[in-house]
Amino acid sequence: MVYLTRRAEFSASHFYHNPQLSPEENRRVFGKCNNPHGHGHNYTLEVTVAGEVNARSGFVIDLKDLKEIMAREVLDGMDHRNLNEEVPEFRDRIPTTENLAIAIWNRLVDKLRGAKLYRVRVYETDDLFVDVYGEA
Amino acid sequence: MKAYLTRRYKFCASHRLHSPEFSEQENRRMYGKCNNPHGHGHNYKIEVTVSGEPAAETGMICNLADLDGFFDREIMPQFQFSNLNQLNAFRNVVPTTENLSRELFHLFRDKFRLAKIERIRIEETMMNSFEYTDDGQLRPVPNQEVYDG
Repeated sequence: MVYLTRRAEFSASHFYHNPQLSPEENRRVFGKCNNPHGHGHNYTLEVTVAGEVNARSGFVIDLKDLKEIMAREVLDGMDHRNLNEEVPEFRDRIPTTENLAIAIWNRLVDKLRGAKLYRVRVYETDDLFVDVYGEA
Repeated sequence: MKAYLTRRYKFCASHRLHSPEFSEQENRRMYGKCNNPHGHGHNYKIEVTVSGEPAAETGMICNLADLDGFFDREIMPQFQFSNLNQLNAFRNVVPTTENLSRELFHLFRDKFRLAKIERIRIEETMMNSFEYTDDGQLRPVPNQEVYDG
C-alpha cells in the first residue's frame, strides 16, 4: 500500500451562525466567528489516496488526474467564494473546518479512478486542521 | 462522519535527561549532551487531536475556545518556562519527549471532558517529533479489501 498526498490552496470567507439560536447565544458559542460580515482564510487542502502501485505505470494514481479532480470538484466551487452563500453544503450546515473537511470528502470519495480516498485534511490556519477518513 | 481536529500549541521549557538507574558514566553515554547537569531547553510544539461527530447545532467536535481555554488554564501555568525535571510528573520519570507526550496525553484525557482525546504529537525541535496514543492505532488503518478494488 502506498499513500500519496496532493496539496492545494484556496481562499474563502465564512461566518458561523445558527438561526435556531438567539443572537446572544450565537455570540457566546461562536465568538468573533459570528461577525455577520464574515472573515476569511487561506485554506490548505491535503488529499491522501491509498492504493497498490500499478505495475505498468508505477503510479497509485495519475497526479494530473488527481489535480484536475480536486480543481473541478473542490476548488472551482470554493476558491474565492463565500462558503455560507455560495457552497450548497453550507446552506443548512455551519461552515466549520470539520464540516468543510466532511463536505470535501463527500465530493471526492466517488470521483477517484483506480485509487481510494484515504484522508482529507483541511488546514484553516497553520495551527488548526481537521482530518476525515470517511468513518461513520 | 467522524472528524479529527488538531490544534497546535507551544511552550518553552528546559530539561536534563538523567536516570538514577544508570551510573554517571552510563548517563553520559546514554544521553550525551542532554545529560549536561545544568540542563538545556526547547521550544516545544504540541499538537492535540480530538475526535467526534461535529454537533449539528455548532458544526464543531468541541468548541475551540474551550480547548484553548483548557490549555491556557491547565497546561501553560505548569509547563511554560518551566524546568520539566522540577515537575511532579517527572520526579521519578526521565523528561524525554516520549514521556512528555504521554504525560500531556493523560492530562488532557483525564481532565478535558468535552471531546475524545485521540493523540498528542510533540515537535521537540524541527528535526524530531513524537506521537502518543493509548488506543493502539494513531490513525485509522485502511481496509485492505476496499483498497484492492
